[in-house]
Amino acid sequence: MLTFTIRRLLVAIPTLLFISLIIFLLLDLAPGDPLANMPLTIPPDVRENMRAALGLDQPVWIRYALWLKQFFWVEPLNILDSILGTSLAGDGQRVLSWQTRSPVADIIAQRMPQTLWVVGLAYVVGVLIAIPIGIISAYKQYSVFDQAGTFVSMIGYSVPPFFTGVLVIIIFSVNLGWFPSIYDTTLQVNSWATFKQQLIQMVMPVMVLALQTTAQISRFMRASMLDNLRQDYVRTARAKGLRERTVLMAHVARNSMIPVVTVIALGVPSIFGGAIITEQVFKVNGIGQLMITSIQSNDIPMVQTLTFIFAVLIVLANLIADILYGLLDPRIRYD
Amino acid sequence: MTLRHLLLGAGLSALLAPAAFAERGADGHVNLIYYQAPSIMNPYLSGGTKDLEASSLVIEPLVRFNPTGEMVPWLVEEIPTIENGGVAEDMTSITYKLKPGLKWSDGTDFTADDVVFTGQYCMHPEGACAQLARFEGVKEIEALDPQTVKITFTGPKPYPYMPFVTYESPILQKAQFQNCTGTAGPSCSEENFNPIGTGAFKVDEFRPNDVISLSANENYRDPALPHFATMTLKGGGDAAAAARSVLETGEYDYAWNIQLAPEVLAQMISAGKGEAIKTFGTQVERIEVNLTDPSSSLPEGERSTDAHPHPFLSDVRVRRALSMAIDRQLLSDIGYGEAGKPTCNLVPAPAAYASPNTECLTQDIEGAKALLDEAGWVPGSDGVREKDGMRLSLLFQTSTNAVRQDFQSIIKQWWQEIGVETELKNVDGSVFFGSDPGSPDTMHKFYADVEMYANTFPGTDPEQYLAQYTCEKAPDPGNAWQGSNTNRYCDPAYDEMLAELGATADLEERGRLSIALNDMLTKDSMTVLPLVYRGTSSARSNTLGGVNINAWDSGLWNVADWYRVK
Amino acid sequence: MTDATASAPPRHRSQRQEVWRQFRSHKGAMAGLVIFVVILLGVTIGPWLWGLDATLVDIRSRNLGPSLAHPFGTDQLGRDLLARILSGGRVSLAVGLTAMLLSLALGTFVGVVAGFFERLDGALMRLTDLFLALPLLPLLLVMVMLFREPLSRSFGPENGIFLLMVTAIGLTSWMNTARIVRGDVLAIKNREFIMAAKSIGTEPSAMIRRHILPNVLSPILVSATLGIATAIITESSLSFLGLGFPPDFPTWGRLLYDAVDQIQLFPIRVILPGVAIALTVLSVNYIGDGLRDAMDLRARKR
Repeated sequence: MLTFTIRRLLVAIPTLLFISLIIFLLLDLAPGDPLANMPLTIPPDVRENMRAALGLDQPVWIRYALWLKQFFWVEPLNILDSILGTSLAGDGQRVLSWQTRSPVADIIAQRMPQTLWVVGLAYVVGVLIAIPIGIISAYKQYSVFDQAGTFVSMIGYSVPPFFTGVLVIIIFSVNLGWFPSIYDTTLQVNSWATFKQQLIQMVMPVMVLALQTTAQISRFMRASMLDNLRQDYVRTARAKGLRERTVLMAHVARNSMIPVVTVIALGVPSIFGGAIITEQVFKVNGIGQLMITSIQSNDIPMVQTLTFIFAVLIVLANLIADILYGLLDPRIRYD
Repeated sequence: MTLRHLLLGAGLSALLAPAAFAERGADGHVNLIYYQAPSIMNPYLSGGTKDLEASSLVIEPLVRFNPTGEMVPWLVEEIPTIENGGVAEDMTSITYKLKPGLKWSDGTDFTADDVVFTGQYCMHPEGACAQLARFEGVKEIEALDPQTVKITFTGPKPYPYMPFVTYESPILQKAQFQNCTGTAGPSCSEENFNPIGTGAFKVDEFRPNDVISLSANENYRDPALPHFATMTLKGGGDAAAAARSVLETGEYDYAWNIQLAPEVLAQMISAGKGEAIKTFGTQVERIEVNLTDPSSSLPEGERSTDAHPHPFLSDVRVRRALSMAIDRQLLSDIGYGEAGKPTCNLVPAPAAYASPNTECLTQDIEGAKALLDEAGWVPGSDGVREKDGMRLSLLFQTSTNAVRQDFQSIIKQWWQEIGVETELKNVDGSVFFGSDPGSPDTMHKFYADVEMYANTFPGTDPEQYLAQYTCEKAPDPGNAWQGSNTNRYCDPAYDEMLAELGATADLEERGRLSIALNDMLTKDSMTVLPLVYRGTSSARSNTLGGVNINAWDSGLWNVADWYRVK
Repeated sequence: MTDATASAPPRHRSQRQEVWRQFRSHKGAMAGLVIFVVILLGVTIGPWLWGLDATLVDIRSRNLGPSLAHPFGTDQLGRDLLARILSGGRVSLAVGLTAMLLSLALGTFVGVVAGFFERLDGALMRLTDLFLALPLLPLLLVMVMLFREPLSRSFGPENGIFLLMVTAIGLTSWMNTARIVRGDVLAIKNREFIMAAKSIGTEPSAMIRRHILPNVLSPILVSATLGIATAIITESSLSFLGLGFPPDFPTWGRLLYDAVDQIQLFPIRVILPGVAIALTVLSVNYIGDGLRDAMDLRARKR
């Protein structure tokens, strides 16, 4: 397993480099203009100057090489500097956002906490609810619980967050006044009162996001459980006189986790990617909102960096999923 | 006039605010929401309105406009004119006298050197300043003494109030920005996020594209102002959510630019927590007609260029018929409600520059049909008019926006009634308004027959705005499709008259010429079909007083006077 | 082992009948099928029966409540809501189903091949990683920019955009299915019945068709159900961004999106398209459930 992991990590390096090149070319090819949001009153020659100042007059491969240098050399040095208090980076140009003219890494670091709080928590909540629902619905297939679970999760999944988000705001903020409709990103949690405030403002976005996660994962869990409940080994286990609970949890649930682990692992990078629509609706302004505003204003350094970090997480998550397969099912071998 | 404004500027707070004698910061905290989040506080590096508005809280220009479009001396003693000697007789220079005793928020003196530096900062050849157009024709900016700034132009400048006027051109502190000129500009993120200013507030924390925390400037020139001690300016979301947070939940005090369907807005206001306030500047929603052939059968590089005139839109009768079929009043009511007025003009304001032309306001479907008949277009078997085997069929493009898509559907219907077939297309704003020469969907390339968008001009003088329609400004492959004359309109008489405007100083004569130019584009040639004169509307909570939004300058221009209604 | 004998060729025809018989006895599945057929009929012949044009603007009858002439009322431009729902469904269903099928086919193919042939696993999974990492919006912008005009020229504007949308959604949503199917295939590959089939010399293609595919059906069916919902919603955000169908072309997702601002004033405008999407997804889900049960021999014996 160790050699497998090392080999996969080594393969990941050229893969990621290739992915970064493809992303860069794609962003370069995409129509759009970082100055599109500027007023039409700015004359064309001024626009041309501004574009040149962003480095857009350089050929694409020079810009790519520059980004590689900034991302893999200057930025890590800067991180080292901020940890050790040294000044290794000197005045090397960092990856700068075109929109805000400030280092991309700083903005991402600023956005990460709220995204992890809200999207991360919603994911954990969603998974924790989904797995028992999936197990019970499968075990008691076609019971009232199963039918209700199916119904709610299907509705939850087919109604998009731009609608559920606004709906919960109207019910809980406008009519009942329980929760704030706008998330306060400047809130510092340092006391019981602020902690409570943080919880209150997270309820609605977490609710909306968890609904989607629960719907998706409980469906996969239920389907996988159903498949396994019909396998011969279940009959054997029962025949051996094992307790029903042991059969269900130790054997069936464990074996059913393989497709579910894939789904869960695939979802983890998306926590860091943020939730574009839900963040917009509740003004959480995390990574998802950063991504969409950067795409809309064609902030290529920001989009490139975010997407690349995202790619790294995806590759890692898939590697972890593969390792988990091996742990869950010793029959799976990678040689 | 200047005296009155001096009084107005200084005395405004005393007139409006009952709490004017209270201490600075007595009204506590105020919450503002901008559905587009500000990304930088330096207007010279970004021309975006959201960024300009946010920066106007902190840094200020020498001269502002008030909501009626008149100049107000802001950091200067008076508005220089030829009469008071501030503008040279030959119109080649203008001299500003700074108000005495002004301080930056860090406690240092505000001097003429800072003004001179700001000019150099923007005009730096490697600086890529977004507001460079404001400094066009400036030869030199010099400090005659610490309180006096003289701007010399390369030639006579009939309208000299461009540099350091309005929130597009505020003064930066030399001490803070002197290492940020030229190519160093963009990397000064600390300076760009936390500029030191003379305004009512200073930045405590700036989170790009998210939220700005501000507090009152202790060195503000009026010791009793601002009324609020701290401010939060939150960004993000959409216009409906911003309006809801003010009008329905009352979490926020002020929401900027809430463009919503009139009935939705009315329903939110009925909650009784606040009101919508509107103001009109110069923004006009219009349809621009392509006078060249955008057909995809033409080779790339010849599409939409003057090499091929448009097969039927080059006929003024067709363009006039298209205009006659539109009911502008109805469009305005449906799309903008109170915040819109039907118009036939490209320049809708100020009054001295606005043409009295109103002939397009009455819809005339029968007249439009008759005009097309006269032009030789006869209805074919499917109701679409034809002539010489050519169908009267249009591609109508615009940016993605709920109101614009509604307008497209209605106009399509009217045009169908007069026998014109319309195909609709909408393009994401970041592509449509962008100028990527590789994209076929930009407004400049104009690979469609008609397109709809809104445009406006800053300040009160329309000369530069009208100059967008000269022959040489037509976009084509030769200039990488950079050009403001998207219609490819070209009339030597227009260019001549525009040159005359550029050499005229007399305000009345400038008004006459501007109106004539406006009419050439609209009622005479129907190159531009103006639809709706659009205002901006903002939402204000009932507990926030002193708000006086302004279409000619920042909506936050008088934020020092805002107070809490108790 | 049961599987190996059950899928022998001579019993093929009777097996299909047997599946159908099983399917019919599944109440949920039959209800789903009926609803699905009703929706299909509604959106295909409905607009023709109802007769009102979905894009006809009638300014005089704006924002009307339900009446005989307009059973669901009219929208802010006076367009009949029933007509819009009916013809909106045509596009949404067509895009949803086709894109889902494309994405399933791609995902299943990649997943099965990667799981079954170890030599291809690395390359295919890295390809999946690449697609998962690509930013969706710029990718779609590029696709639209490059292919909109050529496609509309060769297939007509509407068919051209339909093809573009279906390909765009299909191409950007197959990765999850691929990963899940591969995981299952990896697990099944080492089961006894596969070993047995291999020992009697079954060809890889036959092995996949007879033994692997039927056993990874569950996650595929779940993906199918979720995929339809995703495709319908994705289509709406694409047209909202101006990347899809012309703006006056109604689709369920778009109707829902446009109505969200008016949720308090005219709730019916949000409820109708929302219910339509949810009903479609639910019915497909139950059909999927029934199919899986009907095709699983062990379940039948119980």
